[in-house]
Amino acid sequence: MSDPKLKVRIATCSLAGCFGCHMSVLDIDERLLGLLELIEFDRTPLTDIKHCGPCDVGIVEGGVCNAENVHVLKEFRKNCKVLVAIGACAITGGIPAMRNNIDLWDCFQEVYQYEGGLEGGQVPNDPELPLPFDKVHPINEVVKVDYFLPGCPPSGDAIWRFLTDLLNGREPKLDYEMLHYD
Amino acid sequence: MQQPESSDLSRILAPVLARHGKDSAQLLQILRDVQDACHHIPAEAIDQIAAHLDVPRVTVEGVVGFYSFLSTQPVGQYRLLFSNNITDQMLGKDDLLKYLCNKLWVEQGRVSEDGLISVDNTSCTGMCDQGPAALINGWPLTNLDQNRLDLIAELIRSQKPVAEWPPMLFEVVDNICRTDVLLGEPFTPGAAIKQVLARGAKETLAEMDQSNLRGRGGAGFKTASKWSFCHAAIAEEEGSVICDIGGNPERFIVCNADEGEPGTFKDRVLLNSHADLVFEGMTVGARVVGASKGFLYLRGEYRYLLEKLEGVLKRRREAGLLGDNILGQAGFSFDIEIHLGAGAYICGEESALIESLEGKRGRPRNRPPFPVTHGYKGRPTVVDNVETFACSARIAEKGGEWFAAMGTAQSTGTKLLSISGDVARPGIYEYPFGVTLRQILDDCGAEDPYAVQVSGPSGVMVSWKEFDRKIAFEDLPTAGAFMVFKRSRDLFQAARNFAHFFAHESCGFCTPCRVGTQLQKKIMDKIGSGHGTICDMEELKRLGFILKSMSHCGLGSSAANPMLDALEKFPDVFERKLKALAFEPAFDLDGALETARRITGRDDEWAHL
Repeated sequence: MSDPKLKVRIATCSLAGCFGCHMSVLDIDERLLGLLELIEFDRTPLTDIKHCGPCDVGIVEGGVCNAENVHVLKEFRKNCKVLVAIGACAITGGIPAMRNNIDLWDCFQEVYQYEGGLEGGQVPNDPELPLPFDKVHPINEVVKVDYFLPGCPPSGDAIWRFLTDLLNGREPKLDYEMLHYD
Repeated sequence: MQQPESSDLSRILAPVLARHGKDSAQLLQILRDVQDACHHIPAEAIDQIAAHLDVPRVTVEGVVGFYSFLSTQPVGQYRLLFSNNITDQMLGKDDLLKYLCNKLWVEQGRVSEDGLISVDNTSCTGMCDQGPAALINGWPLTNLDQNRLDLIAELIRSQKPVAEWPPMLFEVVDNICRTDVLLGEPFTPGAAIKQVLARGAKETLAEMDQSNLRGRGGAGFKTASKWSFCHAAIAEEEGSVICDIGGNPERFIVCNADEGEPGTFKDRVLLNSHADLVFEGMTVGARVVGASKGFLYLRGEYRYLLEKLEGVLKRRREAGLLGDNILGQAGFSFDIEIHLGAGAYICGEESALIESLEGKRGRPRNRPPFPVTHGYKGRPTVVDNVETFACSARIAEKGGEWFAAMGTAQSTGTKLLSISGDVARPGIYEYPFGVTLRQILDDCGAEDPYAVQVSGPSGVMVSWKEFDRKIAFEDLPTAGAFMVFKRSRDLFQAARNFAHFFAHESCGFCTPCRVGTQLQKKIMDKIGSGHGTICDMEELKRLGFILKSMSHCGLGSSAANPMLDALEKFPDVFERKLKALAFEPAFDLDGALETARRITGRDDEWAHL
């Protein structure tokens, strides 16, 4: 693993999420420096690379709420040997999926027509805007997911353990303490 | 629907509360009565009931939330619940439900605007031999077809009280097609008790032991062992023995008539036409273990039998077969009380049933301790199946040797089978144990049989290659359900129906079952709607392993059986439905954008997938 050419390439992204899981990645703290000896980043919010290239590991935060999410997710699946769903939203839909009980038209009206201070009261229809699904879905309903890393967000320690297990060729295993949240 | 005024509510509640007293074990019975009267449990009623029984409000809410026949929101004045077993579906239930909903302008699962009617599904109501079936305000409707639904729609529109509907709609027949010693021979009420009194309790237990009778609810535990454990157990509190009114150690006899396993209806017939045999068996059990009180836990779906059964109990009391000093035997007191369930399959599990008898949510207990030592209210309790008690009465009357001579080495006596599905003559068949499936299928006129679901969804799916297998604890144990599928049936739909059943009936206590049954249902729906892949079949197997090995009780550990059996024996019924071998999304991606396309008026390249 010390050969720099053999670094493990990792891509990350946040779909319908809050970037909280990404923030939790930063909670790995000083261990990040050691980690960077072993890995390199492809597309992530840190590198500002726009499209994911061939990678070893893809880590996806957030559920699938619109058409763009699907394109990103499929690109990840196509390019990543191992795909990981990180956090409650990617695994179950999470907080964004709370809108699943509300009709999409009611949502749009509430946001764009009833909310004060908006000019015109029109539902935006610019093709550049990602088109929302009528419901928010966990990512495993759209692509095959290899690992689920639970938590809201998973702790830095859990993420550290998960990545080091993967990097060392072990089946990732989280202790009970890393999986209970109260 | 209008909320009842609080004075109205008090008028409804007062007699109900007075009738059931202040024992919190009556909570479920009270709630049933309130639901019947108000078509829901109003928030204010919850307050008053909690105060009356001196229990926390959440306890009452918890019980209301648990049972599917109870609700905090109003259901229709006419609440029509279609039995959703696979046999009802095979008889056209889905189309009939839609037909009625269209006719009455009501959406399934919703209450009509005027509060008059609600239409929905419910788990199997135990009328598989005369389906499609339904419940109207708790009363069974059978043999439904469009003509009958036309009539029913008319009766509802004219707001005729259910009590005044034509009796032919409610006709339930026994359909006894084959009899043996249990159903076929005459029985004189009291005959078994007389034998017990002449022989003595100890000798009767010896006869039970010799008969080698095993529990008829499916698990097959030896009844004599259960009775002797209970007899040996004593409940103590602070060092002193808890006694009944007669001064004897308190013990209970419970008859499990929560016949919830889809496809089973033998207990319905036993209670309808052979109730004396069942009650007599309970009385025999009471004498052997030394119990003075018994319960019949009757599933809510069989509520229509209540008055008839109360009548039988009354007659038996008058004949000196129940009550104090039974048949003149000083000190032999025993009586039976009927408790009604409210739509929860899990209450067929004995410890959940006891919880329900105590008026609580039907949540299975940790075992051990087993009910024989710590049962109803912590006292030693025997819980046996309806058919087990009926057999016990026969054994007490005719002896253990007589009984043991029938059947096979490990499965003595006879077994009642409830046969439904693709057969010419559905109904109740009594066979000595050891009969082959082939023989049964011949007798009931099965047409081109391809598979049989033995012992319901929690049992075994048997393929046509295995029709020489036998009904016996050594080979195919069964609680009695026997659903036959012909070659042209889609067995995937059967497995999917069972997956939905378990997801609905999981009590929610343990995570493997609560979540596992939901995931199972989702995957079956994904495959059923044409989005399935090989990955999903693998996922079902993995889930099945978790359910089997991690669940708290038998519901969870058997909830994967239909899927695992079908995957093993009929993989082609899955493969035919798969969209591709690689992964496929669980839903139609482009279709899920349609709503937003319509709202925004967009049709550009990015608005499609």
